[in-house]
Amino acid sequence: MSILVNKNTKVLVQGLTGKTGSFHTEQALAYYGTQMVGGIHPKKGGETWTGSKGESLPIFASVAEGREKTGADASVIYVPPAGAADAIIEAIDAEVPFITCITEGIPVADMVRVKARLDRSSSRLLGPNCPGILTPEECKIGIMPGSIFRKGSVGIVSRSGTLTYEAVFQTSNEGLGQTTAVGIGGDPVKGTEFIDVLEMFLADDATTSIIMIGEIGGSAEEDAAQFLIDEAKKGRKKPMAGFIAGRTAPKGRTMGHAGAVVSGGKGDAESKIAAMEAAGIRVSPSPARLGKTLVEVLKG
Amino acid sequence: MNIHEYQAKALLKSFGAPVAEGVAIFSADEAEAAAKSLPGPLYVVKSQIHAGGRGKGKFKELGPDAKGGVRLAFSIDEAKAHAKDMLGNTLVTAQTGEAGKQVNRLYIEDGADIDRELYLSLLVDRSVGQVAFVVSTEGGMDIEAVAHDTPEKILTVAINPEAGVTADDLAKLTSALKLEGEAKADAEKLFPILYKAFVEKDMSLLEINPLIVMKNGRVRVLDAKVSFDGNALFRHDDIKALRDETEEDAKEIEASKWDLAYVALDGNIGCMVNGAGLAMATMDIIKLYGKEPANFCDVGGGAGKEKVAAAFKIITADPKVEGILVNIFGGIMKCDVIAEGVVAAVQEVGLKVPLVVRLEGTNVELGKKILNESGLAITAADDLDDAAKKIVAAING
Repeated sequence: MSILVNKNTKVLVQGLTGKTGSFHTEQALAYYGTQMVGGIHPKKGGETWTGSKGESLPIFASVAEGREKTGADASVIYVPPAGAADAIIEAIDAEVPFITCITEGIPVADMVRVKARLDRSSSRLLGPNCPGILTPEECKIGIMPGSIFRKGSVGIVSRSGTLTYEAVFQTSNEGLGQTTAVGIGGDPVKGTEFIDVLEMFLADDATTSIIMIGEIGGSAEEDAAQFLIDEAKKGRKKPMAGFIAGRTAPKGRTMGHAGAVVSGGKGDAESKIAAMEAAGIRVSPSPARLGKTLVEVLKG
Repeated sequence: MNIHEYQAKALLKSFGAPVAEGVAIFSADEAEAAAKSLPGPLYVVKSQIHAGGRGKGKFKELGPDAKGGVRLAFSIDEAKAHAKDMLGNTLVTAQTGEAGKQVNRLYIEDGADIDRELYLSLLVDRSVGQVAFVVSTEGGMDIEAVAHDTPEKILTVAINPEAGVTADDLAKLTSALKLEGEAKADAEKLFPILYKAFVEKDMSLLEINPLIVMKNGRVRVLDAKVSFDGNALFRHDDIKALRDETEEDAKEIEASKWDLAYVALDGNIGCMVNGAGLAMATMDIIKLYGKEPANFCDVGGGAGKEKVAAAFKIITADPKVEGILVNIFGGIMKCDVIAEGVVAAVQEVGLKVPLVVRLEGTNVELGKKILNESGLAITAADDLDDAAKKIVAAING
């Protein structure tokens, strides 16, 4: 099994006709035939998108139309920052069950607006500013490099895109492989949090261990640790390894991700590591030892 | 992006917030005219730097007994004397680091008779995804200390973006601040104004410490610190015009022109990485092997060859840098683009320090081929651990 996406997931692309959207749609189509079913462009409805290797997809004028004509149950957004919030809201209004927003650099105020709409809907949003989600050999939504994945048993959830790849790469090299890897994104206001994904991994029978990668800023890691402690009391627990990026980051400076800043005495790496360890997660001091750390945990 | 106090106050005033009259000056000659234009007889002369703790700060060039970076003046002559004393000198505060910051601008403001000092800030509360007010009766103090010692004295009220600041929100805030009578009425007018300014101008932080109740029972914004969401500056040309580049690191200014996430640090290993998390993790692993990073640098996802070359040049231009680690795990970023950018930059500016490159992910084979065929003295690394070990070893000789 897997979480959120599998071989039956049908995906629409918002922002297909741009350079980034085109490149990653080609990559997705080439990844075990991920069902990319169409693109959205308000002025190019009825036209056809053609990839560099002759792939083609229909373009629809709106998400609602695309959903009606293809039966899509997911969308991925590559729209530039200024228009990304409206693209998410269009997908919410079209009742797309699972929306992934890759776009980096969306104003926080726009995401506050999106979040209010999202809370009143039945859609789930992954991101923004995230690498997407990938279930090995079934479905790739977003920008993760498919070549490093291997079908297996580890569930991976991360705030950082490229550290997600590290975790995937290392668990593949250790022969463990992944059920699903989920990048929740580095923005302060986002659709899906650690707790949401951890809940799904705990419920998924195929996922027998979990890697969780956090970073400085906010309290999402501490909240997730408390969630794991509460679930463990109910007998729900899986072996876990983790990492927190930003141990050496100076206070008060934003480290690339809008959410990665230690301010107001909150969100430093030490507090997160302590909370995660208290929840039974083995936290690796080195980002290069995520896979090995998980293997050690599994050996007991 | 940060702005000065006087700019923040002018902005808040334009939304209708009560602030004192004041004039910004850039030279001591302007002090007399500035003070004369104010009602008096009490004036406040305030250093304008992008750092807090100014009142308790000390000027490097003046003796230890000299007054701090915010001074009271009881006459126009005294205001003039303070301006002469402060301008051009280096103010060291708890937030500037030992180097301090040169004071190039002063703000001369009309004094106020203070009865109570309150704390108020607006920020995005990420746990609920909404803008929130944070208030406390303990104004004028270090709010982090208040949060640590007496958390019950701080109230957070998140604002539903679809409803705005409601009567219920106002009741909670004014009650927590123990405001009554005219002060309460002032606050009920002020708080929605602050919320409007925060949202309309895409602020990431609006901190008023202190917000004061004066002896005449009225409320006034006594200090104001405002930061803006860098991602939203594209729609605020008026805010971009307020930027004071003398307050920023030259390398960071150059990096921002290229839209690079770059933060100057104190170590000697320059880093170029894609992705903020991996960039932080790369700094962490350098430290784990006993060295310090010279910078944080995330070239982002969609960088082209020119941007990569610009990043590389900023890193090599830092005289502290004794070695460079390029760590790329390509997803949206393609390894061949990174390789082309690095090769182009090295061909242009040369390479005087060891360079270790680790490439993985999208188009990795193509990237490795470009580096191999460039004929440059580049050490290839297999993974992150190998890369960190190799750059540390290269520096240690």
